[in-house]
Amino acid sequence: MIAPSPAFSVSRIFAMITRHWYLLRSSWPRLLELVYWPLVQMVMWGFLQSFMAKQTGALAMAAGTFLAAVLLWDILFRGQLGFSFSFLEEMWSRNLANLMISPLRPIEFVLSMIAMSLIRLVIGVVPVTFLAMLFFGFNFWGLGLALGAFFANLLLTSWAIGLLCAGLVLRNGLGAEGLTWSIMFLFLPLTCVYYPVETLPSWLQAISWALPPTAVFEGMRVLVLENTFRADLMLWALALNLMWIALAGWAFMRLMHASKRMGSLLSVGE
Amino acid sequence: MNMSVPPPAIEADRLTKHYGESVAVDGISFSIPAGSVTGLLGGNGAGKTTTIGMIMSLVVPTSGRVSVLGHDMAHDAYRVLHRMNFESPYVDLPHRLTVRQNLSVFGRLYGVKNVSERIARLASDLDLEDFVDRASGKLSAGQKTRVALAKALINEPDILILDEPTASLDPDTADWIRSHLERYRANRNATILLASHNMSEVERLCDRVLMMKRGKIVDDDAPAKLIARYGRHNLEEVFLDIARGRGAANKEAAE
Repeated sequence: MIAPSPAFSVSRIFAMITRHWYLLRSSWPRLLELVYWPLVQMVMWGFLQSFMAKQTGALAMAAGTFLAAVLLWDILFRGQLGFSFSFLEEMWSRNLANLMISPLRPIEFVLSMIAMSLIRLVIGVVPVTFLAMLFFGFNFWGLGLALGAFFANLLLTSWAIGLLCAGLVLRNGLGAEGLTWSIMFLFLPLTCVYYPVETLPSWLQAISWALPPTAVFEGMRVLVLENTFRADLMLWALALNLMWIALAGWAFMRLMHASKRMGSLLSVGE
Repeated sequence: MNMSVPPPAIEADRLTKHYGESVAVDGISFSIPAGSVTGLLGGNGAGKTTTIGMIMSLVVPTSGRVSVLGHDMAHDAYRVLHRMNFESPYVDLPHRLTVRQNLSVFGRLYGVKNVSERIARLASDLDLEDFVDRASGKLSAGQKTRVALAKALINEPDILILDEPTASLDPDTADWIRSHLERYRANRNATILLASHNMSEVERLCDRVLMMKRGKIVDDDAPAKLIARYGRHNLEEVFLDIARGRGAANKEAAE
């Protein structure tokens, strides 16, 4: 009798990471794409920050937060894209059914996409942080230990959104692919990336505070402008993130089951 | 001593699948013993692919049950998926990865002990050696089919499910694939479920044929017996009789 395959296998996760690493390695446009947009964003906001820093008063103060905001936004946005891209690659290559009939468990599949999101982020954003230091004298790493809290919270949100998008694409096919690219832009105004939460009307502030990145961007501004680390904001973001991840995981499993009910897993592809 | 009978390789019990108002599979029941090669035949829309999807746990049945090696595929699939594999021209491997990279990824997903050795063996058996380091997307149709078969055999499955394994292949390559499947079945005592529109392929490979029409199994027998019962010369004529609704009349005349 052949023993059942283990319920959880690190080796299967590494197999999936290797699969995506082979793909990245073989395709320079994919590698370029990882760096291109964070670089463009950094250059644009860097010049704006330089210009505003020459002004006086509140404008000059606000300017100090722009590059930090744009780099943190890129962590959020690229984290989700990195996750979703790994999933979409399976759809584009019509490989999903092969994976679904293999011993790869959904949790292992998700963890491999999380790992790829981290790898893509390191390739795409880390070099840009050094370029920001070189061109605009902005030391992103100077945010110190707080950066770890910002980074972790933003990544958790990005994975929750990535998981939800993957479920929607699974359920609705590649017709829902556009959501993957655009869903995060809804967070751009709502999470107050470039301005304080009190800028929003009070009814919208309540919605904004239910989104974990809001606490991160607010915490970043407090750190840059007042040199104070607000642990309470990070804990609030973490609690919200845990709830969001749990909800996204539940939604992903439900949507996967729905796609099996619809019989769409056999026909996914370009 | 436990004298219990081993479970069938694949067993369906009143298996049904509805897509909204449309009935894709309509309460079919069958049992496939271990070590046999069974053909699943039927015209387009007969329910073959949906049946295969339910056997592999890619499709959730509306009602009924399908089990593989005694495990209910709706609830217990992970206990048996590592002993199964699948090949279909409608499923692909990542194009940018080389053949070796793709096989290596799947080898590790299936927990194959010595993946490099297994790939070398498959490359030799399936004549992949000349292009094993070429990108999978740059292969000819015949080469792709052989690679897909190598992926399906990477874990030496006890249950091999093939959906039109020789579609779009030239006769020489198709014959070559069939010979390999015959050898694999003989060497491993593997159970093969084969959906195909190629009747000569089914006649050559299969011990038994399940004929499907509009979601139901309308006949079930060995190819030679079906041909005799319908009074025909080959399975293609039997298939046409069933597809065109002449099945009952011909059977009566032959009997």
